[in-house]
Amino acid sequence: MAPLLDVRNLTVVFDTPAGTVHAVNDVSYTIEEGETLGIVGESGSGKSVHALSMVGLIARPPGRIVSGEVYFKGRDLLRLSQRELFDLRGKEIGFVFQDPMTSLNPVLTVERQIAEPLRRHFNLSKSQARERVVELLELVGIPNARARIGQYPHEFSGGMRQRVMIAIGIACNPKLLIADEATTALDVTVQAQILDLVRDLKKKIGTTVIWITHDMGVVAGLADTIQVMYGGRIMERGPVDAVFEDPRSAYTWGLLKSLPHGGKRGETRLYQIPGNPPNLINEPIGDPFAPRNAFATERCLRETPPLKQMEGSLPGHKAAVWYDLREELKKQEAKV
Amino acid sequence: MKPFLSALLRSRAGLFGFVLVMLFVAGAILAPYLGLASPIRSSLTSRMVAPTWTGLFSPGAHPLGTDELGRDILSRILYGSRTTLLIAAGAVILGGAVGTLLGIVAGYYRGIVDRILMRVVDIQLALPLMLLALLVVAAVGASTQNLVIVLALTSWLRYARIIRGQVLALREREFILSAHAIGAGTWRIMIKHLLPNVMTPVLVIATLELARIIIMDAALSFLGLGVQPPSPSWGRMLADGRVYITTAWWIVTFPGLAILLTVLSVNLLGDWLRDYFDPKLRTAR
Amino acid sequence: MTRYLLTKLIEAFIAIWGVVTIVFFVSRILGDPAVLLVPVGAGQQEIDNLRAALGLDRPLLEQYFHSLLSMLKGDFGISFQHTRPALDVVLERTPATASLAGLALLFGTLIGAAAGAIAALMRGTVAEFIVMVAALLGQATPTFWLGIMLILLFSVELGLLPTGGAGTWLHYILPGLTLSVFVSASIARLLRSSLLDIMREDYVRTARAKGLMPRTVFFWHIARNALIPVVTMIGIIAGELLGGSVVIETVFAWPGVGRVIVQGIQAQDFPVIQAGVTLVAAIFVFVNLLVDLLYGVLDPRIRRG
Repeated sequence: MAPLLDVRNLTVVFDTPAGTVHAVNDVSYTIEEGETLGIVGESGSGKSVHALSMVGLIARPPGRIVSGEVYFKGRDLLRLSQRELFDLRGKEIGFVFQDPMTSLNPVLTVERQIAEPLRRHFNLSKSQARERVVELLELVGIPNARARIGQYPHEFSGGMRQRVMIAIGIACNPKLLIADEATTALDVTVQAQILDLVRDLKKKIGTTVIWITHDMGVVAGLADTIQVMYGGRIMERGPVDAVFEDPRSAYTWGLLKSLPHGGKRGETRLYQIPGNPPNLINEPIGDPFAPRNAFATERCLRETPPLKQMEGSLPGHKAAVWYDLREELKKQEAKV
Repeated sequence: MKPFLSALLRSRAGLFGFVLVMLFVAGAILAPYLGLASPIRSSLTSRMVAPTWTGLFSPGAHPLGTDELGRDILSRILYGSRTTLLIAAGAVILGGAVGTLLGIVAGYYRGIVDRILMRVVDIQLALPLMLLALLVVAAVGASTQNLVIVLALTSWLRYARIIRGQVLALREREFILSAHAIGAGTWRIMIKHLLPNVMTPVLVIATLELARIIIMDAALSFLGLGVQPPSPSWGRMLADGRVYITTAWWIVTFPGLAILLTVLSVNLLGDWLRDYFDPKLRTAR
Repeated sequence: MTRYLLTKLIEAFIAIWGVVTIVFFVSRILGDPAVLLVPVGAGQQEIDNLRAALGLDRPLLEQYFHSLLSMLKGDFGISFQHTRPALDVVLERTPATASLAGLALLFGTLIGAAAGAIAALMRGTVAEFIVMVAALLGQATPTFWLGIMLILLFSVELGLLPTGGAGTWLHYILPGLTLSVFVSASIARLLRSSLLDIMREDYVRTARAKGLMPRTVFFWHIARNALIPVVTMIGIIAGELLGGSVVIETVFAWPGVGRVIVQGIQAQDFPVIQAGVTLVAAIFVFVNLLVDLLYGVLDPRIRRG
């Protein structure tokens, strides 16, 4: 069966006064129906921009899609008309954004904000939409839903607001739900509750999910597949266990090492990846992580490594590297 | 200073405003040394002479014409700008100082001090500023000094409100808390720590207030409540020249243009300063 | 909402009381009206008699409380110039001031809102540039000079419209236009920057991600929020229009409250000054009350505060 989403060679740039920012460079991947894909990267890695650009949600200008195809249920999203995109957004692809405080309109009731996509895409009457809104709020675990639909976002707690955001995202039963840093603004216990909710919802409605985050820890318990992005490129991708236990990109390795409890026991100081995020204004040449990578070779600086299947790991575990991280780590261990 | 200047040079509107403001200030300062005709001596032989640009630099030239008493309009505008800029600058400095101080005190002490101050602001805001100015000037008389005080009176609350808000936010910040912790005195905290941190909004408000005050000063003197004759003032020139509108359009036209250009240039500079330092002030009033 | 309304009403009353107090004490510094009222050449005895008759010989505080009490009953005293109740003199001129200011506010806001929206939506085009230059000029132009210039053009040169006075709708055009220019310039600039700010908000992206049509996104998510600061601005502008009435009514010989106040000041007619200023302040406080209520309707976050 064809994958639900098939991204091919997506390249996105932003034309700014300071120069052209290469935000997304030649990104290709697929996601199967029912799969949960966790995309991990720091800000500026292109993880959010590439997702937004697929459905026309980046401002153009300054944004510009240079090349690529994004097949969703057999149609290339980048070639859709404006009107077709409006019909697709919210209905076939739902979004959940970061920081529910700023992502919800402060002056409209929660009912109206959840009902909007329903009324737009299904032509529901006001009362039909209201029933569905109550149903959705109950589904995302908001107690006393019927009484609360007339309230405004500021009358909800942070966690409850994020549940409202999720209700908006799944309102039309989309085939694909894209969550962009959906738990970043929440404190840890609330974050855990939201992640439980999403796992639960997946079981109930079986939506395909792309979960975008900067936090390796968040995706560990949620995703089937992990995709690590850096400098607008995919650095590594594979089944979640394979990537966690056997990282092949030095960047993934660094991210895992900087997780609390991720390193060796007794190691109190958290690891920090040295150096600064890449300057995306420069023409992308070579491995974008090379300047910060102790294992980088001369070739890493000159030539961009392709994303290829890793030997001795599960099928689908790919990385874009010239070096062999396992060898390098062994060498390092031997020295110590 | 360097990024400030290069940003100014890049903004056409800001630069335009800045250059024009500088020209006006220079004109006001240099007015007595430009070899202009007297702004107050009337000349019955050259009454209501239309603007003429022939022989521009000869002694008897009136590039902007003369008024009903034969006084040179260009000269009166330039001398008038001295009074206007003096009064407006005085009012801005006085109003700014008082408003900033009260804003800091209210924001710092909060509680009853703050509530009283905000109540006073609300009461004063219930009276349109122009009416307040008109009443008080009529009561105390229209001397330069009184005008400065009255215009400052219409101005202080803008600073007080905005600065109070800023200080309320600032006082929870770490450097203020740590100043408390090491036992710095109240005044020391206000002057050494709070004041420097509110100087940029003060500067921005001051520039925008300058424009408003110039118009209000002109309006007062238009109603006969500005600096008294024979001192030239822009508003007065409009009021007097209005009578001759059918025969001598230039008497009312040029002083008004002078007000427009001055206010425009100050506004452009103020807008630019605001966008440069603190775009959030745009909707805070 | 009821509590919000009640708080606002109490605040409004305190504000009007404050205004009355300011006006009372300031106008007492203006001068001694008795001196002006007696015939030329009258002796000190006659002045004192008049002072006693007007109650001006009693202690200032007593006069203050006395006049507060009378004002509550709607008695602002007898106008020295017109020898009839000051409140009547002022009230009969209120419609002229209110209709002119209301007209200017209405048309100015509509024109300004349209221009501001065009400027924001057509960012970077010639249209935006033209709107912004016009708005900058409009804001920098003193209304009284603009009024004179319009008279010069439409009345003196073209002979199309009356130079001043009131009576027909033709009389409204020039003063109305003059004030509208000022109003629309302020509204256009504020709405433009407010719209541009809101367009960058996260919730606008959320709205677009729902697949809403651009029209819905603009009216319900962008304009709806951008209007909030504009409503505040309308309150401020109402104050400037009412205060500015003293100037603009002088320019157009408009028989309104502003002109009566100016004449009252020139004649040191306390009752008229007091009645006029109190009335204008009361109208302004009422307008601000409406603005606050509208604000509460537009922004649910305020309602409980």
